[in-house]
Order: sequence, then C-alpha cells, then structure tokens
Amino acid sequence: MSIFNYFRTKRAPAASATTAKERLQVIVAHQRGQRNQPDYLPRMQQEILEVIRKYVPVDQEDVQVQVDDSDNCSVLELNVTLPG
Amino acid sequence: MAKIIVVTSGKGGVGKTTSSAAIGTGLAQRGHSTIIIDFDVGLRNLDLIMGCERRVVYDFVNVINEEATLNQAMIKDKRTDNLYILPASQTRDKDALTEESVAKVLEELKERFEYIICDSPAGIEKGAQMALLFADEAIVVTNPEVSSVRDSDRILGILQSKSLRAREGQEPVKEHLLITRYNPARVNAGEMLSVADVEDILAIPLLGVIPESQDVLKASNQGEPVILNSEAAAGQAYSDAVERLLGKAVEHRFVDEERPGFFKRLLGGRA
Ligand SMILES: Nc1ncnc2c1ncn2[C@@H]1O[C@H](COP(=O)(O)OP(=O)(O)OP(=O)(O)O)[C@@H](O)[C@H]1O
Ligand SMILES: [Mg+2]
Repeated sequence: MSIFNYFRTKRAPAASATTAKERLQVIVAHQRGQRNQPDYLPRMQQEILEVIRKYVPVDQEDVQVQVDDSDNCSVLELNVTLPG
Repeated sequence: MAKIIVVTSGKGGVGKTTSSAAIGTGLAQRGHSTIIIDFDVGLRNLDLIMGCERRVVYDFVNVINEEATLNQAMIKDKRTDNLYILPASQTRDKDALTEESVAKVLEELKERFEYIICDSPAGIEKGAQMALLFADEAIVVTNPEVSSVRDSDRILGILQSKSLRAREGQEPVKEHLLITRYNPARVNAGEMLSVADVEDILAIPLLGVIPESQDVLKASNQGEPVILNSEAAAGQAYSDAVERLLGKAVEHRFVDEERPGFFKRLLGGRA
C-alpha cells in the first residue's frame, strides 16, 4: 500500500455526503407518501390537528394523515403520537 | 416512429439546456433527424448554447399563434446535419402555450423528425408540465446535491401522474437519470453524493454521468454544444450517454477520480 493510500484510509469518515444521503432518504420517502394523495388532505390534516389540540398538546408532525388506495376501497389512515 | 424526449429537472441551473443541446446534437451526428425545442418561454437560452441566436426570426410562440409557419421558425444547425432548433420566445410568458396548440405543433414535427427533444424550463409548475406532457421518454438531469435530487424526485412524481401517458393509462414515460456536474475527487473526499447514492435514492436507470468541467463553460461561451469537443471529458461523457439512449451498452467513464499522476505511481499507488 502506498503512502497516499495510507492517508486516504486514515481520513475521517465524518463525511457530509453521508448526512446528505440520509436526509434525502427521509425527504424522498415523505414526498413519495404524498404522491397521489387527494388535494383536500393538507387542509383536513390541519383541521384534525386543531381538534386534537383542544384536548392534548401535540406538534404538527405528531399527526399523520394518509390515504391508501386498494382495489375497491380507500382507507384513511390517521396516526397520532400523544406526548408520553 | 418519432420519439419525444423531455429534458427536465425541477431545480434550475442544473444543466438541462446544456444537456438538451449536447444530446440533440449527438443524435443528429449519428444520422437521426432531430429537433430541439426550447420550452423556456420568456427566458430562452438554447439558441445561445447552440450558437444560433443571431438567426432567430420567429419562435415557438409565433408558430403556436399561427403568426409563422414551422418552416419559418425552425433554424437549421450550421455545424451538424439533420439538426434543427425551435427557439422560445423572449417576450411572451409561459401561458402562451396551451395543450391543444402544443399538441398540434408536435404532431407536425413527428412527421418530419425521429427525435424531438424538449428543453424544459425549471420548476414543477405549468411551464415544466407543458414540456413533459407529451413525452415518451424523460431525461432527468440531476446534480449530486440534496436540493437537486429532491426536485428530481418531485418531477418523477409529476411524470408519473401528469404526463399524457400517465393520464391516459398508456405505457409509462421511460425515465433516464443523467447526473451532471459530477466531481469524483469530492465524492472520494466524502463531500459529494456519489453516483451510487443518487441511483439508490431515485431508483431509475442511469443514462450517464457528466463530469464538472471548465469545457462546458468554454463551449457555452463559444455557442458550440460541448459534445462537439471530442477531446473534453464532458463531451465524451455526453457521447456515451447518446449511445446508451440509442440502446447500446457503454461502460460509464469519468465516474472515478483521474488516474494517478506521476508521483502517485512512483509511490506505488494503485487507486
Ligand atoms: N458538467 C458541467 N460542468 C460545469 N458547468 C456546467 C456543467 N453543466 C452545466 N454547467 C453550467 O451550469 C450552468 C447552468 O447550465 P444550463 O443553462 O444548462 O442549466 P439549465 O438547467 O438549463 O438552467 P435553467 O433551469 O435556468 O434553464 C451554466 O453556466 C453551465 O455552463
Ligand atoms: Mg435551461
């Protein structure tokens, strides 16, 4: 192994590209989840959030609303994470 | 059967026009009659990259509005046979294009050309959607950085829902990933997403990797598509991409750092 390779393997692996990839995986998964979702969904999510907040303090990201289409019916999925 | 290929990206300034010019020229060089259409109404650029800005008389919008015929508006490329350019308007806005009128022009072009390359404007709104609406294939131009990859994913979503092929339930638009402004040294230093990273995330077939190169700016200064510079790595990378577009299996070059120089070889480096 040459001296150059030696230095290369020693280089700190705290690479920003790794962070970039991890962030992208999350972003893209989220984006894909929103594809083909009905247009009313964001507003509905907002209203559901407001109703829940009358009773429990929750953050925006604690309430997930999603529509899953299967062959002959659509399922509205509501996921609320309550503070522990 | 004529093929309509959109060159798109979501994010601006990633290399759509550079790539449209290079790939259109490469197809024509190989004997395929090709026209490149600038869909960036209001911000035309393709004419500059192709070096035909002084020959623009009529434009795409004039043809749409029937103020000029296609023959009057199309510009024959001076360097490459089989190649025409249809410039965008500099003065109108994107609303000048309607679905029916664009469809009509494309139908006419399909009679005359094998390849119709649509250089999309940036964004994911109306202008970009018009450019991809009639596409059979899409070249998604992506820079190896977070915002560009995210936007590419969004434009893929639009291709899969808003293109005519999607709307009419036909066979989906064939997608190609073109990574541009790639810098292998920075990838090795862990500062830039690698080809594998981008492929992993977008999960569409890789058409090519174009290295970041001074030659691209030089080519645009001179108004000559970079693919005509066969000495330049970027030109060669575009040529390879054209071969792949035509169905040939060509190995990817310019993905790794340049071969070790004198000192490295002296020291026994093999990387
Ligand atoms: N491989 C490359 N290496 C270096 N510079 C590049 C490369 N590809 C493109 N560029 C430069 O990036 C800039 C933007 O390129 P280009 O105009 O092709 O992008 P675009 O996606 O069409 O932009 P817009 O979204 O504004 O239409 C130009 O200055 C161009 O010279
Ligand atoms: Mg452009």
